[in-house]
Amino acid sequence: MKSFVISVAAVGCIATAAFAADIEPTAVSYEDGAVSQSLSGQPGDAANGRLIVGDKGQGNCVACHQVSDLADVPFQGEIGPMLDGAGDRWTEAELRGIVSNAKIMFEDSMMPAFYKTEGFIRPGNAYTGKAADDTFGPLLSAQQIEDVVAYLTTLKD
Amino acid sequence: MKKYAGAILATLLTTTFAAADPVDDTLVLNEETTMVTRTAAPAHVSDALDEVMSGWLFRGTETRAMQADDFDNPGMIFVEQAQEVWETADGSEGKSCSSCHNDMDSMAGVKATYPKWNEAAGEVRTLQMQVNDCRTNRMGAEAWKYDSGTAINMEAALSSVSRGMPVNVAIDGPAQSTWEMGKELYYTRTGQLELSCANCHEDSYGMMIRADHLSQGQINGFPVYRLKNTKLNGAHSRFKGCVRDTRAETYSPGSPEFVALELYVASRGNGLSVEGPSIRN
Ligand code: HEC
Ligand code: HEC
Ligand code: HEC
Repeated sequence: MKSFVISVAAVGCIATAAFAADIEPTAVSYEDGAVSQSLSGQPGDAANGRLIVGDKGQGNCVACHQVSDLADVPFQGEIGPMLDGAGDRWTEAELRGIVSNAKIMFEDSMMPAFYKTEGFIRPGNAYTGKAADDTFGPLLSAQQIEDVVAYLTTLKD
Repeated sequence: MKKYAGAILATLLTTTFAAADPVDDTLVLNEETTMVTRTAAPAHVSDALDEVMSGWLFRGTETRAMQADDFDNPGMIFVEQAQEVWETADGSEGKSCSSCHNDMDSMAGVKATYPKWNEAAGEVRTLQMQVNDCRTNRMGAEAWKYDSGTAINMEAALSSVSRGMPVNVAIDGPAQSTWEMGKELYYTRTGQLELSCANCHEDSYGMMIRADHLSQGQINGFPVYRLKNTKLNGAHSRFKGCVRDTRAETYSPGSPEFVALELYVASRGNGLSVEGPSIRN
């Protein structure tokens, strides 16, 4: 767990230093739950997005969703719908909105908001059980969101 | 060939899904006591659930079998250790638990009613709080740390003599405000993942969350012996782990919040048999 916290912190620093053009989590504008502009100002990398979706230490989307394309990732959860065909059902802007803050598209959704930093009750410092400190950031960086969105758009039936 | 591989994959998927529902099985303890592992939801949760189910129904065949026989249940080793502590004098008064309470069997039925309102103290007490009251005020001994080995072993011993009796905690009268606080905590979405107990254990039980098979999060089986850490674990420690997993700042075992949550969660299982010490992965 420690190494995860450190790697996230490191990613955070690089993101702030290198991509000052990121739209801040507090400044994202949603239209009917969708976000039209790239959060990092850059296109996403679908191959990296694929890793993030399946990785326990990153998006861990498979905790709740099954993805046939990720058949190599064991133990996929059943809480949310299967993501197969998500790229047909949703536009890129809608997918960006869903991943950034799904609760705007789906009221009271169980899906966590991956690009949000405010409005939590008792936010913690990752999985330590301790209170959040000043390293607190969104679950995924702007570029990671873009990568995930790029991957989701490839999921066509 | 392709077709054949497809058939295997289909079978694998079906098995995964089948494994996700609670099993249709009956827990008979030591071949004599039939446990109630599912029953109609008590009135105060009937708006949310039709049936309440023991966590036992959500575990694998081997884990379930281990709990059915005291000789196979590693939790019973800790019960035996507590049995010795029960008879050992401690503290300035030179008394043991048995000095006042005789045999452990005299405690049959007690665990089923805890947490419980204590009139003299004007508070809802968990079993561990009550035991510590006896230790500090009647034995002149030190309080045991909440959910520590000695404390949880004693709770398991007290539970073991109530096994098979229905959980029956009172939620009205003076306990009501504590119960309501517990309910509020149960439905509050905490942490960066914004998940409440209800999201996982009321809305999603029976489903897989990554590699974990979600139960209703009942505590009739507590304390639980976990194969993962090979010791007995208390309900508050489990709550703490679950809250931590929402990426939240947790409460501590023994805190007023977890006492209230324990009362509320216990009340959701009113009618299920006391099972502790049970076995979990
Ligand atoms: C804790 C559970 C959980 C996690 C983790 C989670 N989701 Fe979801 N997701 C859901 C649920 C539940 C829904 C259904 C929407 C609703 O709440 O009605 C959903 C809906 C979606 C949808 C729309 C589904 C469709 O095809 O109609 C997409 C796309 C999606 N999630 C992507 C993701 C991605 C990408 C991640 C990780 C970065 C992720 N989810 C993580 C629970 C989760
Ligand atoms: C000097 C006498 C004495 C000793 C020693 C003593 N107790 Fe008690 N215990 C009592 C009395 C009296 C009560 C009833 C308290 C009340 O209702 O407020 C009680 C209550 C309890 C209860 C709650 C019973 C119920 O029906 O709610 C438990 C459990 C308990 N004791 C466990 C223990 C354990 C475990 C020990 C040893 C670590 C211990 N006691 C030592 C006198 C004692
Ligand atoms: C992110 C999902 C999640 C949330 C939120 C959550 N839990 Fe859990 N909980 C689990 C998982 C996974 C397990 C292990 C499998 C099982 O027994 O359900 C578990 C187990 C438990 C158990 C042990 C049940 C048994 O029979 O062994 C209890 C009790 C429990 N949770 C209570 C709670 C309470 C109370 C809350 C809220 C404070 C809570 N949980 C929040 C996922 C969650």
